[in-house]
Amino acid sequence: MTTIGWIQIALFSAILIAITRPFGAGLATLYRDGSAPFSAVERGTYRLLGVKPSDEQSWTRYAIAMITFKIACFVALYAVQRLQTVLPLNPDGQGPISPDLAYDTAISFLTNTNWQSYGGEGTMSYLVQMAGLAVQNFASAAAGIAMAVAVIRGFSRRSSKTIGNFWVDMVRITLYVLIPISIVLTLVFIWQGMPQTFAGHLELTTLEGAKQSIAIGPVASQEAIKMLGTNGGGFFNANSAHPFENPTALTNFIQMLAIFSIGAALTNLFGRLVGDERQGWAIFAAMFLLFVAGVAVVYWSESHANPILAALGMDPSMGNMEGKEIRFGISASALFATVTTDASCGAVNAMMDSFLPLGGLVPLINMMLGEIIFGGVGSGLYGFLLFAIVAVFVAGLMVGRTPEYLGKKLEAREIKMTMLAILCLPLAILGFTAVAVVLPGPLAALQAAGPHGFSEALYAYTSATANNGSAFAGLSANTPFWNTTLGIAMMIGRFFVVIPALAVAGALAAKKTLPVSAGTFPTSGPLFVGLSIGVILIVGGLTFFPALALGPIVEHFAMLAGTLL
Amino acid sequence: MLRKLRPALVLLALLTLVTGLAYPIALTGLAQALFPTQANGSQVEVQGKVVGSALIGQNFTAAKYVHGRPSATTDTDPKDPTKTVPAPYNAMNSAGSNLGPTSQALSDRVKADIATLQAENPGVPIPADLVTTSASGLDPDISPEAAYFQAPRIARERQLPIATISSLIDQQTKPRLFGLLGEPHVNVLALNIALDAQR
Repeated sequence: MTTIGWIQIALFSAILIAITRPFGAGLATLYRDGSAPFSAVERGTYRLLGVKPSDEQSWTRYAIAMITFKIACFVALYAVQRLQTVLPLNPDGQGPISPDLAYDTAISFLTNTNWQSYGGEGTMSYLVQMAGLAVQNFASAAAGIAMAVAVIRGFSRRSSKTIGNFWVDMVRITLYVLIPISIVLTLVFIWQGMPQTFAGHLELTTLEGAKQSIAIGPVASQEAIKMLGTNGGGFFNANSAHPFENPTALTNFIQMLAIFSIGAALTNLFGRLVGDERQGWAIFAAMFLLFVAGVAVVYWSESHANPILAALGMDPSMGNMEGKEIRFGISASALFATVTTDASCGAVNAMMDSFLPLGGLVPLINMMLGEIIFGGVGSGLYGFLLFAIVAVFVAGLMVGRTPEYLGKKLEAREIKMTMLAILCLPLAILGFTAVAVVLPGPLAALQAAGPHGFSEALYAYTSATANNGSAFAGLSANTPFWNTTLGIAMMIGRFFVVIPALAVAGALAAKKTLPVSAGTFPTSGPLFVGLSIGVILIVGGLTFFPALALGPIVEHFAMLAGTLL
Repeated sequence: MLRKLRPALVLLALLTLVTGLAYPIALTGLAQALFPTQANGSQVEVQGKVVGSALIGQNFTAAKYVHGRPSATTDTDPKDPTKTVPAPYNAMNSAGSNLGPTSQALSDRVKADIATLQAENPGVPIPADLVTTSASGLDPDISPEAAYFQAPRIARERQLPIATISSLIDQQTKPRLFGLLGEPHVNVLALNIALDAQR
């Protein structure tokens, strides 16, 4: 570990803190109750949709609107992939896409997971990348943010039957936030060296006289929303490790900020809409502490060389460079790995499969906690609020008082819905992993044997269920078994969390808000921050500890003992 | 029924038109006007001929050239399309090795590479990046240490004083951005072009 490495991490943190408040203020302008359309374009969009912006929806209507939209997205994205060979903009002649891969990829992109069982530059045409996948990058990000705003309204409204209008929430975030920021990011990325062209791959003769073909394409425009929307699906197989997808240390830094920016701003939006910014900062603080703890462990782990390789005569001073790029080095790779799994991004600038066991453990845990450390755009905030509800409930149990959060009494229905959302994660992750590792067919897809192979399977279902999309990529997941089960895990992880969260929001919105009294548990102080972190770690940690012990933890000791598998 | 579906279908159609087509097409136009070099892959020319991309590594094997990092990229086996064969720096199929830390294959590979490098430059510590594969398999850079490590071989092959090689490496070393972000690195293709220009 070096001072300059820590300074990079500190600088990242400082900028994140600095942008949270102004960005949150901007979002609050968009989502304050009763705000009329801001522009003629917005009004025109509602007219085309046939939607009255003042027509508010109950939580069930809101959820149905979201699901209807997702089904339409699935059909469109499945179709555009299957028709790739007859559609235009396929200069490199990409072949047909199998039904199971098209299904897996469609689910993956509409749930904001962006798990990729395929290699981008060898599978998808430019048209599929742009008009199929990147559209879902916008749509799934917008939908995630819309859900978070709806859940916030559950807390901010009193005695209300409705939690907003899904279509209005979608249109506003897309029109005023996602598109403008993506345009700016795209231009910065191109200036730094990212390609943006419709021409087919380059063919050239190298300095040594060999032929080299280089895949290229409209990369930068896709990259901007991939980061901002915490989607993470790469244009190229190597994702943000590919020099065309992340050419410099500056693009790397901006990509990481883009991943966290909306998730952080939503904590501030929460504070503003419930009328007390400190409530948002308390959530920010809990997330931030978990983030710092994670990055410290990964940086510490990866700055050590693999002792097995050092024993062979490799200079250990550079740290663990297998699967990392020189221009980023250890610090920026450790920071990226932590950020991408805290959020539900899943982009990678280094190959997690080749991290040392404890360095790979942290990304796994980050995802198992439900990606509530800033999290996916929207899903991070509503995921955290579910844990906050449990934290307040636990505090209430301890003092024997009906728990309240922001003046809303938490009763049986809310707690049941919250637990349903929280339990679906371990159910899908551990259930599917258990099935995969006892069947011979799926096992053949693992690259490694022993504990590392187990980690590859565990990581895959964790990443899918948590809607992350990163991988221990030694797993060859493009088989019918993996595509099918991963697709199911992604749906469980998205919809079995968001629908209960909307139900909680609907129930809370309908309640009166109780005045603060001497007995109210303060949810803007250090006690709440500590209690939330405790609940998150106990629920997440204890549930998954046995599985983690079988994978990365065993491997750590095997590595120290010099055991090869 | 259709009234209920209308917002979903129209919104998806609008998103496809605006974010799926207008947005990338407009930005491609803008990119080609403002940053044509970068937008077309940062191609590098020597005497009017394109010899590579500044951002994409090449598989240098000749002794007179500085070598890049090992690359784990593969290509389809020409004899059996269901299999793959090693194809270093295959920029049509970027990939890392994805070998875990306790992998036998990783250990074997590193052991062989270390033996080769030790024979070339005995007694000097082996820089880690010369025996580890990059995440993309296309890393265009090596660390300055890895470049200096190869200086004796280059000097021998090109019959140049080692000080000339070292000063070229110094010139080609790109520092951290603002002295802060990333790591110092040497672009292998640029360094090799500079070496060729020495004669």
